[in-house]
Amino acid sequence: MSRHTLSVLVENTPGALARISGLFARRGFNIDSLAVGPTEHPDISRMTIVVNVEEQPLEQVTKQLNKLVNVIKIVQLEPGAGVERELILVKVRADAATRGQVLETVQLFRAKVVDVDPDAVTIEATGNPDKLAAMLRVLEPFGIRELVQSGMVAIGRGGRSITDRTLRTVTQTG
Amino acid sequence: MNEQLTGAQSLIRSLEHAGVDTVFGIPGGAILPAYDPLLDSQQIRHILVRHEQGAGHAAQGYAQATGRVGVCLATSGPGATNLVTPIADAYMDSVPIVAVTGQVSSAAIGTDAFQEADIRGITMPITKHSFLVTDPADIARTVAGAFYIASTGRPGPVLVDIAKDALQAMTTFDYPTQLSLPGYRPVTRPHSKQIRAAARLIAAAERPVLYVGGGVIKANASTELARLTDLTGIPVVTTLMARGALPDSHPQHLGMPGMHGSVAAVAALQRADLLIALGARFDDRVTGRLDTFAPGASVIHADIDPAEISKNRHADVPIVGDCREIITELIAAVETDQAAGQSGEHTAWSQWSRGLAERYPVGYDAPDDGSLAPQYVIERIAAAAGPEATYVAGVGQHQMWASQFVGYERPRAWLNSGGLGTMGYAVPAAMGAKVGTPDRVVWAIDGDGCFQMTNQELATCALENIPIKVAVINNSALGMVRQWQTLFYEGRYSHTDLHTSSASRRIPDFAKLAEAYGCVGLRCDKPDDVDAIIAEAMDVDDRPVVVDFGVHRDAMVWPMVAAGMSNDAIMIARDLAPAWDREEEQ
Repeated sequence: MSRHTLSVLVENTPGALARISGLFARRGFNIDSLAVGPTEHPDISRMTIVVNVEEQPLEQVTKQLNKLVNVIKIVQLEPGAGVERELILVKVRADAATRGQVLETVQLFRAKVVDVDPDAVTIEATGNPDKLAAMLRVLEPFGIRELVQSGMVAIGRGGRSITDRTLRTVTQTG
Repeated sequence: MNEQLTGAQSLIRSLEHAGVDTVFGIPGGAILPAYDPLLDSQQIRHILVRHEQGAGHAAQGYAQATGRVGVCLATSGPGATNLVTPIADAYMDSVPIVAVTGQVSSAAIGTDAFQEADIRGITMPITKHSFLVTDPADIARTVAGAFYIASTGRPGPVLVDIAKDALQAMTTFDYPTQLSLPGYRPVTRPHSKQIRAAARLIAAAERPVLYVGGGVIKANASTELARLTDLTGIPVVTTLMARGALPDSHPQHLGMPGMHGSVAAVAALQRADLLIALGARFDDRVTGRLDTFAPGASVIHADIDPAEISKNRHADVPIVGDCREIITELIAAVETDQAAGQSGEHTAWSQWSRGLAERYPVGYDAPDDGSLAPQYVIERIAAAAGPEATYVAGVGQHQMWASQFVGYERPRAWLNSGGLGTMGYAVPAAMGAKVGTPDRVVWAIDGDGCFQMTNQELATCALENIPIKVAVINNSALGMVRQWQTLFYEGRYSHTDLHTSSASRRIPDFAKLAEAYGCVGLRCDKPDDVDAIIAEAMDVDDRPVVVDFGVHRDAMVWPMVAAGMSNDAIMIARDLAPAWDREEEQ
C-alpha cells in the first residue's frame, strides 16, 4: 500500500461530496484525508483526497471518480512535486512552570500561539504531515488537551494550473 | 419561445422535446401537478401501471427493445422507493431510462414530511446521475441533461426528482439547445494507435476468440460485428446480455459463455491465446474463478466505459470508445493487414472449437415419466414465434433455458435482467417491449416464482391493449435455488416449494388468475399438447395470454460451472464432465 494524493475538481453543486465519499465507501477504498473548498472559479470546488491503496486499485478509483458527472478533472500529485499542507489547532497544557518550554517548541516549528490561558495555550500550526507529527511528538509530554486537524490540501509546484480550461460547454447531440 | 408555464407544464413540454412518446407511471400527491398537463399531451401516452416497479421495468423493456430512452414517473416516498429495484437493474445492465419522481415541497424537504424520502440520495450508487430540482426554471435544462446522460456514453438510469412547489410555480419555458456538463465527456472515437495494436495481436493470434458483450447491442454494432466475424474467421461467444448480437445460426458462433454457457464457448475462452472483448465486462458469471479464467490469453478490451477496462482482468490492449466505431476501425485495420499478407492462421483452432460445439450442443433429456420438459416448451415457443419475436425472461432456470433454447438471430430479440438478476422483470419488461415495438410478438418466458412478483401488470396490459404472451414455466418451485439445493445442500429443499403445480395445491391457479385479469388463461401439462396450445396462444392478438406450462420439477440447467470454481470444471450433467482428453490429443 502507498499514499496517493488526488486533486479533484468538482462542480460546486449540492451532493457532490456525498457522491464522492459514497463512491469510496461503496467500492471499498479508504480515505486517509479529505479537504474540500472553493477555487478561483465560483462554479468549481476542489477536493484534495489522500488514499492509501496499491497502484491498480488507484487506477480503478480514479476511473470510477471520473465517471461521476459532477467530477470535472482528477490530477494525481506526484510525490515531492507538490506542496502539501495541513492545519492543526492544538490545546496544550502549559502552566507557569512549563509555558516557556512550550513556547520554545512553538518557535522551533514556526507555529503560532492563538490563545493563552493560565493552564493552557492554543497553538496553530501548518505544515506537511511529517512536520506536524514531529511537533505533536514534542508537545505530547506537556499534555495535549484537545486537537483538531484539517484534511491535507496540496498544489503542484511550478507555473502550470490544473484549473485552466476546465469549464467546457458540451453540445447536445441527442 | 419563452412562454410562461407552470413547472409541471414545463416538465411535460420538456419530455415532448426529448422525443418521449410513452411514459409508465402512477400518480400520487407530490407528482400530481405533473399529471394535469400530461392529460393534455398529444404526444405522450401515459400507461397507468399497478406498481411503480412495473413502471421501471416497463421503461427498461421499452428501452431495450427500441434503443430509445424509457421513461417512468412516480410520486415521492414509497412511489420513488418502489423504483429502486428497476433503477438498480437498469444501472447493472446499462439500460437508458429516465425516472421522474415528485418530491415534497422544497420547504418541507428534510423535515420527515409525509411521503418524503431522499430518493436522490438513495439512488446515488445505482444511477448514472441523479438530480433534485427545486427551482422551476431548472426543469427544462435538467430534463434535457437527464436524457443526454442516460442515452450517451455507457447508457444508464438517470433520476430527476422535482419538488412539488417547483411543479406548481410559474416559470419561463426555454428548452436548451446546448448543455453545460463540464464533467461529462464520453469518449466514442477509439485511439488509432490502440486499433493498430489490436490488429497486430489479432494477426498474430493462433487461438483467438471474440468475446461479445451487451455493449455491442447498445452500440447497434451487430452489422459491423458480423463483418468482423466473417473477415477474420474467429470463433465468437455472446454473453447473456449479448444474445442476438451475432445470429446463433452463424457457423462461427459457439454460444454463450459462463456459468451455464455451452461447452464450446467456455472451453474456447479457457484455451484461447487472445480474447477480443467487445462491450463485455468480465463478469464473475462469465469468468468463474477469475485467476483461472482464460489463463493463456492476452486481452484486447474494447469498451465505452474506461472503468471497465482492467477492472477484473488486465487488458493488454485497452480501447476506449463506442463499439460500433471500434469494430469499424478494427475491420479497416485487419483488412490493411490482410492486404499486406498478415492474416491470422487459426483454421485448426476454428475447427476444434466448431467440433466441440457439434459434439456438445446444449441439450436435455426428456423426463422418464412422460411429463413436460421445460426446455422442450421453450424450444417449441421459439419454433412457433420465430426469430422476429421478442423474448423476455425473468431470472432463474427458465431464464437460462430461454437463453439456451431460443435461437436468437437479431439484436434486441432477447431481454433479461442479467446483472442484478431481478426476479419479476419479465412481465413488466415484456409490456414495455410490446409498447415500444407493437408489431412484434412478445413472449415473456417466466417462472412461477418470478411471475408472482409482478403479475399485477397483466391488468395494465389487458386494459391498455398490450397483448403480450406469457409462458409460465411452472415447476412449482424456486427452481434455480432448488437446483443448488439438489447439488450443494444434499437435496434439503428449504423453502423453495411454491405449491403452484397441479400435483400440489395449485395456489394460485395461473390460468384462473389470468382470466381474472382479463387475459386468456391456458394450461398445458402434456408434451403432446404443447404445439396446439402455443398455436392457440399465438392466435390471440386482442388480449394478453398466459399459458401455465406444468413442467418437470427436477429438470436442471446444464452445462454448469459451480460458483467459485474454475471454468475448467464445467459439467455437462450431474457428475459428468466433457471428455477433454479426446480433444486434447488433436
